[in-house]
Amino acid sequence: MASIDIANIRKSYGIHPVLHGIDLAIKDGEFVVLVGPSGCGKSTLLRMIAGLEAVTDGEIRIDGKRVNDLAPKDRDIAMVFQSYALYPHMSVAKNMSYSLRLRKTAKDRIASVVAGAASKLGLDPLMERRPKALSGGQRQRVAMGRAIVREPKAFLFDEPLSNLDARLREQMRAEIKKLHQDLGATSIYVTHDQIEAMTLADRIVAMHGGIIQQVGSPLELYDNPANLFVAGFIGSPGMNFFEGRYMVTGDTASFALTGGIVLPLGGTANLQDGSRATLGIRPEHVVLGADGPDVMKASVDLVEPTGFGIIVHLKLGPVAFKAFTLDRRFLGMHGEVDVRLPVENLHFFNDAGKKV
Amino acid sequence: MTGKRIVSILAHRLAIIAYVVFALFPLYWLLKVSVTPNKLLYSEGIKMWPSRTSFEHFDFVLKHSEFPTFFKNSLIVSGSTAIIVTVLASLAGYAMSRFSFRGKYWIVTLMLLTQMFPLVMLVAPIFKILSPLGLTNSLTGLVIVYTAFNVPFATFLMQSFFDGIPKDLEEAAMIDGATQFVAFRQIILPLTLPGIAATLGFVFTAAWSELLFSLMLISGNDSATFPVGLLSFVSKFSVDFGQMMAAGVMALIPACLFFLLIQRYLVQGLTAGAVKG
Amino acid sequence: MASHAAARNGGARRDQRPLKKRLADASAPYLYSAPALILIVTVMLVPLILGISYAFRDIQLLNPMSGGFIGLDHFRTLSQDQNFFRALKNTLWWTGWSVLLQFIFGLILALLLDKPFYGRAIVQALVFLPWAVPSFLAGLNWAWLFNPVVGPIPHWLFALGLMNEPYNILSDPQLSMWGPIIANVWWGIPFFAITLLAALQAIPRDLYEAASIDGAGPVQRFISITLPFLAPTIAITVLLRTVWISNFADLIIVMTNGGPADRSQIVASYIFTQAFKRLDFGYASAIALVLLALLISYSMLIVILRQWLLSKD
Repeated sequence: MASIDIANIRKSYGIHPVLHGIDLAIKDGEFVVLVGPSGCGKSTLLRMIAGLEAVTDGEIRIDGKRVNDLAPKDRDIAMVFQSYALYPHMSVAKNMSYSLRLRKTAKDRIASVVAGAASKLGLDPLMERRPKALSGGQRQRVAMGRAIVREPKAFLFDEPLSNLDARLREQMRAEIKKLHQDLGATSIYVTHDQIEAMTLADRIVAMHGGIIQQVGSPLELYDNPANLFVAGFIGSPGMNFFEGRYMVTGDTASFALTGGIVLPLGGTANLQDGSRATLGIRPEHVVLGADGPDVMKASVDLVEPTGFGIIVHLKLGPVAFKAFTLDRRFLGMHGEVDVRLPVENLHFFNDAGKKV
Repeated sequence: MTGKRIVSILAHRLAIIAYVVFALFPLYWLLKVSVTPNKLLYSEGIKMWPSRTSFEHFDFVLKHSEFPTFFKNSLIVSGSTAIIVTVLASLAGYAMSRFSFRGKYWIVTLMLLTQMFPLVMLVAPIFKILSPLGLTNSLTGLVIVYTAFNVPFATFLMQSFFDGIPKDLEEAAMIDGATQFVAFRQIILPLTLPGIAATLGFVFTAAWSELLFSLMLISGNDSATFPVGLLSFVSKFSVDFGQMMAAGVMALIPACLFFLLIQRYLVQGLTAGAVKG
Repeated sequence: MASHAAARNGGARRDQRPLKKRLADASAPYLYSAPALILIVTVMLVPLILGISYAFRDIQLLNPMSGGFIGLDHFRTLSQDQNFFRALKNTLWWTGWSVLLQFIFGLILALLLDKPFYGRAIVQALVFLPWAVPSFLAGLNWAWLFNPVVGPIPHWLFALGLMNEPYNILSDPQLSMWGPIIANVWWGIPFFAITLLAALQAIPRDLYEAASIDGAGPVQRFISITLPFLAPTIAITVLLRTVWISNFADLIIVMTNGGPADRSQIVASYIFTQAFKRLDFGYASAIALVLLALLISYSMLIVILRQWLLSKD
């Protein structure tokens, strides 16, 4: 178990910068998820921690010790690859024991450690099989087994579930979380799937364009996104955004959408009168069939039942947005509906995309 | 409809049979004459199978001719060439597959060019270069020349095999505690074995078949390779057809062994494509 | 404790290591490819350049006085050399027919093998076997088949009434070129078949299904799907094979040695004969240089033609 400190890490390929100065302190035993769209630099960062990519600038410390110039094998970390990277010419048992054999661990110790990991992951009946003869989920388990037999300082996961189908992914996600609860090992997990990030993480690191956008607990990122990127990336269906102008008349404020419609706002926000801004609201916060003074008429475009709830596609004039409701009365809805955007659930972002 | 179908299937099978016969007949004839006793050779000249067979030609070729020497020379030359080329091509192919570096484009271009220009152009200059070094009329000289000729293609071949091995595997091994060399030896090399076998086979056959440079560089019987020996035998004793063909059958053996070795991959590759399609 | 000391050592060397490491990383691929490259340069590139210089020098192996620079003399001789021009004509004949027949029969074979049938794997292995036969042996084998003493072919042709008496076509000045061409076709069909079969099997099957639902018959499917998909493979294979076959002298040297009376001599075998029999390296190199120039112009022509065809669409 170890803490990992990342100080002002930069990476460029030739003249193309990929990471622009990343700072991150990961506590001992913490489960940190790096999330972001592809190309945001999250995998590069993970591979730099593993020692598979050279560090252009900055410092990586594991347990306070600088590891920039250490080979991967000397960093004492384990990694689970997206492709699992199982050795095709070795049996499951040999795959799992490879790292211990390289370290010249005693034979009986290897046997007991491997057997322990195998029973923990339910791999006992498969130990003599080759990876080719395993299903996707089983391969995934072997890859995890290979990591845990080492008892390394930290686990690195590089999109480990993206090659599995939806049901298996859900199941393995829970298993990874359970494993982390049991072992309590420092883990860094890279994914582009915000649900994986939300469900697994102690802390989420949202990345975009080689820069950390926000670091925080899953609910912090969900309830209080620091900027437009995080607000749009976390949550499904995604947050609704309305572009427009913030207006103050007397002591009440309103928001003029591009398209002419004016939303009355109950209170004020920390914005200049007349400034361009973006207003965000999560679909589940849009109130359908409401009444009151700030109700607007929206036209119903499309109704998508998900089984669990209903996604309603709406239009305010030319502006499209979505509402999510558990109320099945809205299934057969068409024509117009009264909607309310409760002010306490609104997020304002200034012209630069920052939350205000 | 069904009648038309039967006719088309019949035509397909007949055409297949015609191809098989065309492909195999010359080899069959070689075998047939090689086991026909001399007495029957002329009387039963174009019969499909002689009324009596014997191995007298093989016996003579093995015991009383220089063919065992030629065979041994060819084996030495082809074997050494195959091994050296495979080692060099593995190294170069690994570099091509795993590194991106500035000179790569030029190396690939150079290697492609060597595949394009007529090798017959090199007959005279190579003779002139090797002669003062004492490398004409020597098996070593042949090995050097054949190695150079075969390295470019073998490099491309090995590169494609290395490309087929995901980089993740090496990285996983390095994280598991292996150095780059250990990862190469314990992970990459075992997975490339089929590729290495194919490369060995390809180069061996190419060297075994080479004629022009062998004719040019070798003059004495002591270091003659099989093609040269067979050809000089043909021009000297052109009436001993049985013996020539027995020697021919012997020259065919390594080539057929090689073919058996790689044809599995050939068919495998093609059927893998078929399954996907 | 030990790891502590190591860490301190690592810390002390910290400033030097990245540079050393960077140098090692940058030179690694060159070190890996160096042995292969050195060999290629010394055994292929240097002789090539030397060979080009020979074309302008008087180099005869048995004449110690030779070696002088003679300018374009070889090329002047060449322009008067009837044998060379006949060899040039023969090269066209040899290459054209060999490539054409190999391609047609290879394509038919690939189409036949593309359909699933019982025993396809073994048939495939058998029809591809000639490809593994060493070229000199293929040549000898066919030379023997054409020989009326031990070979059946002249007797069959006689029985069919195509010959007045069983004789060897390899010694007939009118027909001798056909011997090596037939051997070459036998030897080269598998190459075309393998390449084209691989390309055929890469065509998505649902395209054919879609076409038959749209009402296309077998011939229309072949013309509108198979041929366009094969076209790039055909183009590149034919181009490469043309160059290769025009240089491929083994079969001719083994079967006819250019004879009778140079009637089956191609440029490549003529170069070899000049170098090997006459030991006139200078003249041989001059012919080789002309051949190289012709091949380069042929390749350029194809590339330009391709560009022109592409730009027309």
